[in-house]
Amino acid sequence: MTAPLDIRPARSRVNLQHLGSQAVNWLKGLIAPAVAILIFLAIWQLLTMGPDANLPTPIRTVSDTWELIINPFFNYGGTDKGLFWQVFTSLQRVALGFTLAAIVGIALGILVGTSSLMYSALDPLFQILRTVPPLAWLPISLAAFQQANPSAIFVIFITAIWPIIINTTEGVRQIPQDYNNVARVLRLSKPEYFFKILFPATVPYIFTGLRIGIGLSWLAIVAAEMLIGGVGIGFFIWDAWNSSRISDIIIAIIYVGIVGLLLDRLIVFVGGLVLPEEQKQ
Amino acid sequence: MQVLNSPTQATSGYATQEPFLVIDNLSKVYPTATGDFVVLDGISLAVNEGEFVCVIGHSGCGKSTLLDMVAGFRQPTEGEVRLQTQTISEPGPDRMVVFQNYSLLPWLTAYENIYLGVNSVFPNKPEAAKKHIVMEHLEMVGLADVANKKPSALSGGMKQRVCIARALALRPKVLILDEPFGALDPITREELQEELLKIWQDHQITVLMITHDIDEALFLSDRVVMMTNGPAAKIGEVMQVPFARPRDRARMMEDPKFYELRNEALDFLYHRYAHDDT
Ligand SMILES: Nc1ncnc2c1ncn2[C@@H]1O[C@H](COP(=O)(O)OP(=O)(O)OP(=O)(O)O)[C@@H](O)[C@H]1O
Ligand SMILES: [Mg+2]
Repeated sequence: MTAPLDIRPARSRVNLQHLGSQAVNWLKGLIAPAVAILIFLAIWQLLTMGPDANLPTPIRTVSDTWELIINPFFNYGGTDKGLFWQVFTSLQRVALGFTLAAIVGIALGILVGTSSLMYSALDPLFQILRTVPPLAWLPISLAAFQQANPSAIFVIFITAIWPIIINTTEGVRQIPQDYNNVARVLRLSKPEYFFKILFPATVPYIFTGLRIGIGLSWLAIVAAEMLIGGVGIGFFIWDAWNSSRISDIIIAIIYVGIVGLLLDRLIVFVGGLVLPEEQKQ
Repeated sequence: MQVLNSPTQATSGYATQEPFLVIDNLSKVYPTATGDFVVLDGISLAVNEGEFVCVIGHSGCGKSTLLDMVAGFRQPTEGEVRLQTQTISEPGPDRMVVFQNYSLLPWLTAYENIYLGVNSVFPNKPEAAKKHIVMEHLEMVGLADVANKKPSALSGGMKQRVCIARALALRPKVLILDEPFGALDPITREELQEELLKIWQDHQITVLMITHDIDEALFLSDRVVMMTNGPAAKIGEVMQVPFARPRDRARMMEDPKFYELRNEALDFLYHRYAHDDT
């Protein structure tokens, strides 16, 4: 305390060194994936080099789609939009469907987790419904909503909700007995029990559910959009297939993969902010 | 303390005759898939106000089950537990428990863990008074300077100190401890034993404590309750511990009476009720 001036430079020097070595580690971590990608591209090039190959080579893919790559923001009206707008539209649907699924799923999961009657009644149902493939919900939701956009959003909702419910329920049921005993002996009020014990104890499980849910949402939207049409990365792929623009499909798939990864990282990142460090215990 | 007393017992003449805490012919049966499992069979014990009672017995004989029924977490199959003639039917802050595992909430700081209880039990106290109670009890266990640390940043001994502080901050009539120092290293354990003894003396509180450690039981308690093996465990023997208070560990160890009692307890546990692990 008496010599902050002595301590601070020393600490910041250590931090700089630390940061430096972290950056080096990070770069080292990039080498292996970069090599893997290069090998993958080389194999792809080799396999598609022949004169009667069905798929374009990587070089061909890039040259075919150069316009799409360098200009993701064009908007010629209708479905003729840049990849940014296609992905953006899909993401909007995911945002809506997933947010609804998160709200309803967490609430339902807590409800089911706190009541063993509800649990024994509903858990088997959830276990069955969660195995239904996303697209199987589409006809039903089209029949119910009669419109493409709400149907797509509903498909996301109904796909993402099961892992969220199931994980939240599990989290509530896994609250250590000791914590519940503390609540009982202190005679905590319901709200206090909820905010001080149930919710914090369940949050890690909720985030596991959200993470699985966002991955499924993204799977579901791409598939659903192929069928419902309109703007969206899913229909973009389908449209490209119908007009034999194979290179466009490949670029769109790369977009889909990267966006899916970013969505997953986003949930992990938010989870890291919300989960206090004691969860590492 | 006075506020927590129910009006009935002020008028009841019986209250002055019945001991403070009465465990009355208590039995506990767990129904299992293979039939009923009798854990405890006809346990009776009377504990006076301000007494320090230790319970020892082999693992699985039902010590936790017994104290859980005093705490109100489990219901007896037969018999009842009465505190100041009131039958115990549910847990409450008048019987605070220090659990076998550290039961601090890991997402709250030491301060917040204690505050949670204080706020719940004394909702009408002004904020400053609640804060004062929390800090006073953190100071009592010597942890005022780690008030804002989370349990993950505390050592095992510190966590158990916070648990004791949390329990005492609620001014319980009975303090129930289920092997509170079992997971601690021997030095920390002795420190905490001495602290607990001092707190018990200062607070004049009635203590029920489970332990596996005969020396600990002899150092701390007025009486040691020795349980027979399960199933259908009973109280085998109740040993009076006559050492004068305040106790000094070194002096007690020089007393031949200490070894006499120690041997008696060891004989009970390892000869008469040896644990056959079959
Ligand atoms: N809910 C339950 N259902 C069935 N049996 C139980 C239940 N809880 C405890 N038991 C059994 O009752 C017996 C006594 O358990 P208890 O936890 O009271 O023992 P203990 O003396 O505290 O043991 P330890 O010293 O290991 O803590 C054990 O055999 C245990 O398996
Ligand atoms: Mg036990």
